[in-house]
Amino acid sequence: MSEVENLVIVGSGPSGYTAAIYAARAQLNPIIYEGSVTAGGALMNTTEVENFPGFIDGIMGPDLMDAMRKQAKRFGANLITDDIVEMDLSGPVKVLKDGSGNTVKAKAVILAMGSAYREIGLENEKRLSGRGVSWCATCDGFFFRDQTIAVVGGGDSAVEEATFLTKFASKVVLIHRRDSLRASKIMAERALSNPKIEMLWNTEVIDVLGAEKVEALSLKNTVTGEVSKRDFTGLFVAIGHDPRNELVKGQITLDAEGYVVVENGSTRTNLTGVFACGDLVDHTYRQAITAAGTGCQSALDAEKFLSHH
Amino acid sequence: MSAATPVTTANFEDVVLKSSTPVLVDFWAEWCGPCRAVGPILDQIADEHGDKIKIVKLNTDEESAIAIKYGITSIPTLNVFVNGEVVKTIIGAKPKPALLKELEGFI
Repeated sequence: MSEVENLVIVGSGPSGYTAAIYAARAQLNPIIYEGSVTAGGALMNTTEVENFPGFIDGIMGPDLMDAMRKQAKRFGANLITDDIVEMDLSGPVKVLKDGSGNTVKAKAVILAMGSAYREIGLENEKRLSGRGVSWCATCDGFFFRDQTIAVVGGGDSAVEEATFLTKFASKVVLIHRRDSLRASKIMAERALSNPKIEMLWNTEVIDVLGAEKVEALSLKNTVTGEVSKRDFTGLFVAIGHDPRNELVKGQITLDAEGYVVVENGSTRTNLTGVFACGDLVDHTYRQAITAAGTGCQSALDAEKFLSHH
Repeated sequence: MSAATPVTTANFEDVVLKSSTPVLVDFWAEWCGPCRAVGPILDQIADEHGDKIKIVKLNTDEESAIAIKYGITSIPTLNVFVNGEVVKTIIGAKPKPALLKELEGFI
């Protein structure tokens, strides 16, 4: 591909697809790289989304993403189910390389790579990943029928996973290093009142034990320092996310935590013609609707930029 | 185009364990987003490398006995069988170039 496109959007999810909808309606002929195995983003691994406005009875995460995708397609966005593996954003023409070895050039780029789940950082967590350690309750919950499993974390995703897992497990122990949940009140109350969920406050997972599969966790009380061992067959890790900045690190301004920095009140990064939206820039809110909101902003910012260039 | 073909408990032994070529078994389920994402990639690999490695998929929902037998607790899990033994396990959906690299020894 030697011609220069107007706009390439990297990443799907609510921000990328919303950017694609707006940019396509503005007749910018955007190309959106959805990701070969990450298309649809984080919501693809969730179940019911209850708080996305417009859906009285809620909507399944994957269905919401499928609808956004089709809406972008309807307006002519060029959807490519591949990854961008390299990009050079420095010059007036941005050069991106995809997973199949093709190069695409563009005047403007919207970064919407989202975030990736965080690991506890234990050696045995990695070793037993897929052997009892999981990051996807909706994928793997089924395999823990009638078992006692642990969820670590205290935010919305931890509480949502714990609640979801009670459909299968005989008992779910929610392990949190503080003495109260960070999750929204409605979800926290739902979990706390669930008879299958037991809370283990002020507790950290310091090791995952098991030869071939998860058998137990080594736990440490964050107040008393006491170490104990408890049997579990599964561990679901939901301790947060980190921005997926690996493609732009070193060429764009990131903050101390690795989020892409945008100019206040806009989606403009420090590089001309490069915009960023969604979880990649958002420390604070990280909701589907806020990601869609900044996705919209990024398309409008890109449209304005392209009208001058 | 040849795609990954389904296997069941009934034909698992014939198709997988007694195969003379390596077989990649994709343990998957309908409800699993990453499984649906990696499915088409495996179809492509089946199409391009089907002469060297047989690619089949096992629905863990319908054929849970086999999933339990092989200790599957996370999907997608891709197990490569040679002479009836699991010689490689790939856990989680990965992009095509990464999968091809993992399967280098078989294709």
